[in-house]
Amino acid sequence: MAAIETFYDVIRRQGVTRRSFTKFCSLTAASLGMGPIGAAKIANALETKERTPVIWMHGLECTCCSESFIRSAHPLVKDVVLSMISLDYDDTIMAAAGHQAEAILQETKEKYKGKYILAVEGNPPLNEGGMFCIDGGKPFVEKLKWMAEDAMAIIAWGACASWGCVQAAKPNPTQATPIDKVIHDKPIIKVPGCPPIAEVMTGVVTYITTFGRLPELDRQGRPNMFYSQRIHDKCYRRPHFDAGQFVEQWDDESARKGHCLYKMGCKGPTTYNACSTVRWNGGVSFPIQSGHGCIGCSEEGFWDKGPFYERLTNIHQFGVEKNADEIGLAAAGLVGAAVVTHAAATAVKRIVSKNNDHSA
Amino acid sequence: MTQQRISQNRADQAAPAAAPAVAATASAGVDTPNGFRLDNSGKRVVVDPVTRIEGHLRVEVNVDSDNVIRNAVSTGTMWRGIEVILKNRDPRDAWAFTERICGVCTGTHALTSVRAVEDALGIAIPENANSIRNLMQLALQVHDHIVHFYHLHALDWVDVVSALSADPKATSALAQSISSWPLSSPGYYKDLQTRLKKFVESGQLGPFKNGYWGSKAYRLPPEANLMAVAHYLEALDFQKEIVKIHTIFGGKNPHPNWLVGGVPCAINIDGVGAVGAINMERLNLVDSIIDQLIEFNDKVYIPDIMAIGSFYKDWLYGGGLSGKSVLAYGDVPEHANDYTDKNLLLPRGAIINGKLDEIHPVDHRDPEEIQEFVTHSWYKYGDETKGLHPWDGVTEPHYELGPNAKGTKTNIIELDEGGKYSWIKAPRWRGHAMEVGPLARWVVGYAQGKPQFKEPVEKVLHDLGLPTSALFSTLGRTAARALESQWAGYQMRHFFDKLIANIKAGDLATANVEKWEPKSWPKETKGVGFTEAPRGALAHWIKIKDGKIDNYQCVVPTTWNGSPRDPAGNIGAFEASLMNTPMVDPAQPLEILRTIHSFDPCLACSTHVMSEDGQEMAKVQVR
Repeated sequence: MAAIETFYDVIRRQGVTRRSFTKFCSLTAASLGMGPIGAAKIANALETKERTPVIWMHGLECTCCSESFIRSAHPLVKDVVLSMISLDYDDTIMAAAGHQAEAILQETKEKYKGKYILAVEGNPPLNEGGMFCIDGGKPFVEKLKWMAEDAMAIIAWGACASWGCVQAAKPNPTQATPIDKVIHDKPIIKVPGCPPIAEVMTGVVTYITTFGRLPELDRQGRPNMFYSQRIHDKCYRRPHFDAGQFVEQWDDESARKGHCLYKMGCKGPTTYNACSTVRWNGGVSFPIQSGHGCIGCSEEGFWDKGPFYERLTNIHQFGVEKNADEIGLAAAGLVGAAVVTHAAATAVKRIVSKNNDHSA
Repeated sequence: MTQQRISQNRADQAAPAAAPAVAATASAGVDTPNGFRLDNSGKRVVVDPVTRIEGHLRVEVNVDSDNVIRNAVSTGTMWRGIEVILKNRDPRDAWAFTERICGVCTGTHALTSVRAVEDALGIAIPENANSIRNLMQLALQVHDHIVHFYHLHALDWVDVVSALSADPKATSALAQSISSWPLSSPGYYKDLQTRLKKFVESGQLGPFKNGYWGSKAYRLPPEANLMAVAHYLEALDFQKEIVKIHTIFGGKNPHPNWLVGGVPCAINIDGVGAVGAINMERLNLVDSIIDQLIEFNDKVYIPDIMAIGSFYKDWLYGGGLSGKSVLAYGDVPEHANDYTDKNLLLPRGAIINGKLDEIHPVDHRDPEEIQEFVTHSWYKYGDETKGLHPWDGVTEPHYELGPNAKGTKTNIIELDEGGKYSWIKAPRWRGHAMEVGPLARWVVGYAQGKPQFKEPVEKVLHDLGLPTSALFSTLGRTAARALESQWAGYQMRHFFDKLIANIKAGDLATANVEKWEPKSWPKETKGVGFTEAPRGALAHWIKIKDGKIDNYQCVVPTTWNGSPRDPAGNIGAFEASLMNTPMVDPAQPLEILRTIHSFDPCLACSTHVMSEDGQEMAKVQVR
């Protein structure tokens, strides 16, 4: 096991060559108008750079995000924690407790002002003066705002921090509130999911440490690279959807053949996540592969869009020979605009392929 | 932000006002009905946050002039309101909501929930579904126990910094003397030590920062510390493999998918489309993971417990309620749909007042047995001297500090245990505070004389040269968890073989859909589902009306263990376990963490509430 302490060590281990590294430094220096000496300075800084401090805080949550994070297979979370970041505060795994733990927060704020990443799992409840989540005798929301003041950026881990998740489902008795509703002056990257996929989580962390910036985000604040496509678009059961082959009830012949779970309430057509591509736990499976429909756990307010099984079960039987566009249109009334887009896209594809047929 | 502080003498504080059964004695302190003398004179030590647990917990203790703990107060400091949210929803969805009570013991709540709904609706599940559910539940036990021991508990016993001065050759010799685990060469330990040294020299200690390194409370020689740190990292890598069993059957972990009436994954061994179902490749993957986890338990976890235990065997504090009152619900049904004692592989029963020869039956439906009290919890009852059975649970949050608390409502310096002081309710079994969890299960199994529990316990005690009484301690709790992990691995082998045999006999059924549609349900019904979560006895009570959830209540392991006092003055398991423990240095609360961690607290689970009318909770304006 190699010891990795600097940014340079980390990117070398990820396969970046010395040559590419030097080139990167030269280009950066040139773009900043620093010239060849500047390139050497940048290289030197990156070669000796400290690991980025990460403060991981927990509000109202169930710890599934932390549990997911430690499942990462590439990179192994052991390497992330020992080599790539400096996870200086995380209630769930840190050795210190009480005032020794709290002292780390104060020290990080002072020593790494504007340079640490604040990772937040869970959210603050605002009812009861915030005392539905007490941390160090005070409302969690205070601690959250206090640590956000001097953070470089904030990662909202999971559906709780991003949207509110289960404790914010109606009637949201604690007034659990997504973190972007209480922190307005810092860049916030949302990594939704209940929990997010482990490799998506470490992918986001290593992206930030490797490239020194936040990944490109969509309008909802999610990284484009993992959240720009619907599960339905990359689902391996999609051909069965297009062919009108559906599971009609649990454990029927179609279920055993792996047909589409759309009629069992699958929310894959309206859910943006990487489940059907990255898959879960080292690529072993994802919910749809294991026979249950997607419940849409990375979407805002998904708990209140249920019930999980009834939403689409009242669609009339699709004929096996029926045109996929008709299916898409029939479904559109219930699933919304996303499926209309699908139908349109399929229509375009068909026109293109027809043209190809003519030319062939 | 300093939260652990040592305050002035509190001898002037009155005895708990709502504890009529607690008699003041001539000497300092009061005696609780369950046999503890509480003395809150002396210095008050506050630990908040308690880390390396799930959720948010605060502990306050009073130590006397010899730094021995004479009073203990544990407080659940979060509340999420899942049961309020469940009202009026589809009972078939409840597993997904309740599973999100906890992402650590992920799946146990879901299993409990589908059992509660199936009980209410009279749904019988197929035999394959029972085997698959047991495989998932047992995989969770093994995963949770391993992660708990290595990542949440070990640093209470293992000094990471001491490992830097170990001799890798001697570490290798030590490791090879206790186990045939292959990762044990001098070179392996040398490389690890080099990496650790560079890590420490970097000055960025990450999660090890501000640990209590060098404390006299640590007793392992450097070589044992280095071995344990190696296994901390190996276990971190390995735990991600165990949960693949959940991924195969449930599509993901954490939070795999479950189904009322069975399991969502279909079985297809021979037919068209088998690649979209549980097939031979999937079963082989499960098979190989079971082999790996059995090996890890046998060659790493159990030897580590014995090795570490041998250096701490005179540290026998923290027994608390374990030698007095323990409760187990039983779990892991051998055959589907039979939840009687005889059919459950994990034992069921209640032991009270330390009488191991008298095991009481447990009935979840009896309104006199399981009741929850709120006298010292931040909720309101009409009559707070009485408890309520979960089917009739009433909760109205009511956040207030006792008259002797220090600080303000939003800046607590010290709590007043004479008043309300926790978001956890106080469940009691026939009025008794009970400990639940692996040790409780193994004590019940041991007391029942079941060889599968009695023999491993006797072997551990014999090998460490300890009497039976040593079982009732922090160490006993930690050892019981390891033995259970090993036991669970072998049970997984059993249920895997059973699943294969059943498929071979031609049974492919995984779900029963006869009562899937709500129109097939009775207008009103109620049910209860129970399991043994890794942390202990867990049950959900549900009332269904017109196809919707009318009432949902969970009483969870950490509610039992982390409960505040009840109206009679009984203290809960956490509080009891801390009593009379000497601390090396109260400014470094290692002993408190060591004992509290031995329960594997889960606060997101324990802090729940059900509102009878489901109304949105009133906003309370505080300073």
